[in-house]
Formats: sequence, structure tokens, C-alpha cells
Amino acid sequence: MAMRNARAVLHAEGSAHEGVEHWKLQRLTAIANIPLVIWFVVAAVTLSDGSYEAVTLWLAHPLNTILMVLLVVSTFWHARLGIQVIIEDYVHQRAVRLGSLVALNLGVVALIVACVVAIIKVSVGSR
Amino acid sequence: MASRPISPHLQIYRWYFTMALSIAHRATGIALSVGALFLAWWLVALATGPGTFGTVQWLVASWIGQLALFGWTFVIFFHCANGIRHLVWDTGYGLDVRTAHWSGRIVVGAAVVLTALVWLVTLLLR
Repeated sequence: MAMRNARAVLHAEGSAHEGVEHWKLQRLTAIANIPLVIWFVVAAVTLSDGSYEAVTLWLAHPLNTILMVLLVVSTFWHARLGIQVIIEDYVHQRAVRLGSLVALNLGVVALIVACVVAIIKVSVGSR
Repeated sequence: MASRPISPHLQIYRWYFTMALSIAHRATGIALSVGALFLAWWLVALATGPGTFGTVQWLVASWIGQLALFGWTFVIFFHCANGIRHLVWDTGYGLDVRTAHWSGRIVVGAAVVLTALVWLVTLLLR
């Protein structure tokens, strides 16, 4: 039985024990993002005046499909980790903070799924 | 819980280059997260069909959209370059003041150069 004050246990105070994992994932997604983002910036700028057909054709190319999925997963997760830190830094009311973090997690997962589904749909649908 | 009075900080403390870059890294991170929402919208519009995509792409291709895209390019290259600076710091190297200052200058310079390069080439090829 850990020597913890009952109130501390009740309020879930103290270390969350997964801080280092957060730090590692943030660095891992950051490293993955470097090549993916450089590729994506060039692609996005060149595609920004493209027609529906041109963009669909570009995304349907398997390499672009794969890189796009990797980009979405890596950057969105990296953003999620970053925003978590920002919420923890600036939101002080416990209930609002918890609510924001839950919303962040659910929102990011929903966005990742939406994007991956959209990418696959466009890629497969144009064959 | 009433907000307790704190001593003034932002109004008093002298701004340093390294300090500004640090908050810029966070600010660009937030801006890019908003940009990610836009990317999601763009992708879902593409999957929805030519009609919906046409509307979104019209916005992107407009001069406002292109200006926003130009700003976004700089924001992303800055965050990426400063991110690499952070990763180097994680190895323990470069944490002294002098190195932090010139590495910071390289980061800003790189972001400017890369943005200009990408846009120059794109506009020339159009």
C-alpha cells in the first residue's frame, strides 16, 4: 500500500507516469514529420490551383497515397501531443482541462480517421 | 476560485530573440494545428466529389487562399526548422547562449529562404 494521502488518491494527484512516453512520441513524430512535411509543402503548393481531376490523379498514385496517409497520422498525432501540453499549461480549472483533453483526443482520432478514409476513397475510387 | 494578483512579467521583462523564437514555436504550432483542420476539410471535400471540392479549391486558388498558403509555408518551415533546433538541444548540444542565438538566426533564415524557394519555383512553373 503506497504511502499516499487518501485525498490525493481520490483527486488523482501526483505523477501520471507516462510523461516520458509523451516526450518520446513527440520526438518520434517530429522526426517522421521532417521528410513528410517537406514533401507535402511542395505538393500542396503545386496542387493549390489544380483541378479536381488533377488532384485526384495525383492522390491516386500509390506513393502519394501512402505518403499522404503517413503525413496525416504523424502530423495530426504530433499536433495532438503539442496541444495537450498547451491545454495543460494554460487551463487551470480541473473540469475544463479534463473536458478539453477528452475533446482533443476524440477530435484528433475522428479527424485522422476521416482523412485516411477520404484518402483511400479517392485513391481507390479513381482506378 | 478568485484570480490571485501576480507581479507583472510581459510588461516588464525585456524581450530576447531566443524568448521570441520559443513562443513563436508554440504559436506556429497552434497555427499549424488549425491548418491541419483545413487540410482535413480539403481532403474530405475531395472525397465528397467535384462539386464540393470545386468550392474549397476555388477558395484555395483565390488570391486570399494563395496568400494564406504563402504564410502557411513560412509558418511550417519555421516550426520545422526550429523543431530540428529543439531535437539538437535534446542531444545536449547547443544549449549555451551564443549557440542558441546563432542557431536561432539560422532557423529564421532557413525558413525565409525555403519559403521563397518553394514559391518562386512554383510560380515560375505555373
